[in-house]
Amino acid sequence: MSNSVLVAVDGSEGGDRALRYASERAKLGGAKLIVTYVIEWSPYSFNTPEENAERHMRREQEIERATSGVVEPAASILAKEGIDHETVVRHGPPAATLIEIAEQHGVQQIVIGRRGQSGIKNLLFGSVAGNLVQTSPVPVVVVP
Amino acid sequence: MTRLSVLLATFFLFTFPAFAGFDETINQLTAPIASAVGSFVFFKIPVLGAQLPLVVLWLVIGAVFFTFYMGFVNIGGFKHAIELVRGDYADPDSPGEVSHFQALATAVSGTVGIGNIGGVAVAVTIGGAGATFWLIVAGFLGMSTKFVECTLGVKYRTENPDGSVSGGPMYYMKKGFEERGMGGFGKFMGTFYAIGIFIGALGIGNMFQSNQAYVQLNTVAGGALDGLGWLVGLILAAVVFAVIVGGIKSIARVTEKIVPFMAIFYCVFAIIVILMNFASIPAAIGNIFAGAFTGAGVQGGAIGALIIGFQRAVFSNEAGIGSASIAHAAVRTPEPVTEGYVSLLEPFIDTIVICTITALVIGTSQVADPNFAGDATGVAMTSAAFERQISWFPLPLAFGALLFAFSTMISWSYYGLKGWTYLFGEGQLGQTIYKLVFCAFVAIGCMVQLGPILDISDALVFLICVPNILGLYFLAPIVRREMQSYKARLASGEIKRYKD
Repeated sequence: MSNSVLVAVDGSEGGDRALRYASERAKLGGAKLIVTYVIEWSPYSFNTPEENAERHMRREQEIERATSGVVEPAASILAKEGIDHETVVRHGPPAATLIEIAEQHGVQQIVIGRRGQSGIKNLLFGSVAGNLVQTSPVPVVVVP
Repeated sequence: MTRLSVLLATFFLFTFPAFAGFDETINQLTAPIASAVGSFVFFKIPVLGAQLPLVVLWLVIGAVFFTFYMGFVNIGGFKHAIELVRGDYADPDSPGEVSHFQALATAVSGTVGIGNIGGVAVAVTIGGAGATFWLIVAGFLGMSTKFVECTLGVKYRTENPDGSVSGGPMYYMKKGFEERGMGGFGKFMGTFYAIGIFIGALGIGNMFQSNQAYVQLNTVAGGALDGLGWLVGLILAAVVFAVIVGGIKSIARVTEKIVPFMAIFYCVFAIIVILMNFASIPAAIGNIFAGAFTGAGVQGGAIGALIIGFQRAVFSNEAGIGSASIAHAAVRTPEPVTEGYVSLLEPFIDTIVICTITALVIGTSQVADPNFAGDATGVAMTSAAFERQISWFPLPLAFGALLFAFSTMISWSYYGLKGWTYLFGEGQLGQTIYKLVFCAFVAIGCMVQLGPILDISDALVFLICVPNILGLYFLAPIVRREMQSYKARLASGEIKRYKD
């Protein structure tokens, strides 16, 4: 069994905390980190014709922004510290996509940061960490 | 840009008194033009006592031909279309692109417009209950036409230097004919179509919509907006202006999200009204079938009912017009034919489901009370049918009509713009000029009466069916080959299903 951990990043402070936590653990246990950025997207949204026509272009931009803005800087920090890692950037509904990637890589654990949003917002939109905890097939660490 | 629109709106408000009697003037100016264009496009031949417009015959023959030529794909492909929309065959390695569902939803919200509410009432008024039957038949056959045009739309689309895509009949005619060694003819047809759609966009996707939205608003307001069509028109035009020129996409985005729910809301209440008229249901259905073959009380009898049914169906679901292929062209798929499958659901949703429901609301009301609507036609008649049972419904209906009209206008402004950029290139100035003209027509639509508007809208839209369907005949063999190869690979398992 591979010793690997998926860590979810999104450029937010919560994501940074998750990355710091995961890299410290990885150093101790010699685990490999799968640094993952899920760009929130649903195949069932409603768009204008113009949005559809520009979709491919926007998708590339989103991937580029996530890769160069968040994932690559994270990877270079890990490289400096000598932590084995891989990066993934993918579109999809956040919690379900994280689980999908976790299963594909056969990770033992998922590490995710907490947004700490207000009660009402949580009630309306739910939280990625909350959904993940409910549905993940592997243990989830929520970094406060 | 926001400031500019506010300024413009204020300007128009202050020049308000100068516009008194403006509606009347505009009406007088457009009526003769409308009837001239109408009689040219709808050149009629007498058939068994009815006047059959050649262009309607052209559409019917096309739809029947494609249905047979594609081996009744409208029936055989239905299940697969739903599987595609559900994402059963979506490649899990390329999420984030336009999904089949999104392409369908966008195209449907462009087609589900006032035609589904007001157009059906027009059909029933002129063509009798029997027109409903032919409307449904036309929707069914139209599914095949859509299949062909949307497959071609994706297959021959063009990727622009900025990474966005453009597609539609003008592109498939140009490139498709080039492939068949008829480049010159293809260019001519492409240009003809592009001119047609950018002018036609001002009718079906614009004036007719704003006109009927105004009518319904006025009905709800109890006639308080009489003679104020120009004001409603200017407000509507200002909102459209804010979206398409000002680039305030949030308005369009909100509309796109509300429209599907409005459509469901509309259907649910329509079904409630039909159920409330339950005693009249058998008679109403009987009238539809009887009227379809006897054409009792309809000018031109059964043929007359058939003509009206087909005309209104095309006007509503746009099969044969080619507009939907512009919207579907945005999908990136290695199999263009999958978009064809998905698109055949459009006439089904638009015509066979929504139009039929509207027709039944009107039909059952007519059985219960033949004079329920008085002199009202179009959307006002549909509104009266709802009001008989649910007194407060005209208000949400007005809101729904406004939204349907708005989303259809936004979609069509895009279709028209694609015609324009095909002809004149992607230059910003040209695009802005086109958009301004588009907004002006939104306002004009509210100022004139339904009759001339309908004439001119019909004429412009049916005019582009001529080059489009001609092109489809030539390119249909390509679509059939693609379809057969796709079906074979689907059966062999080469095309993978990712979800159960």
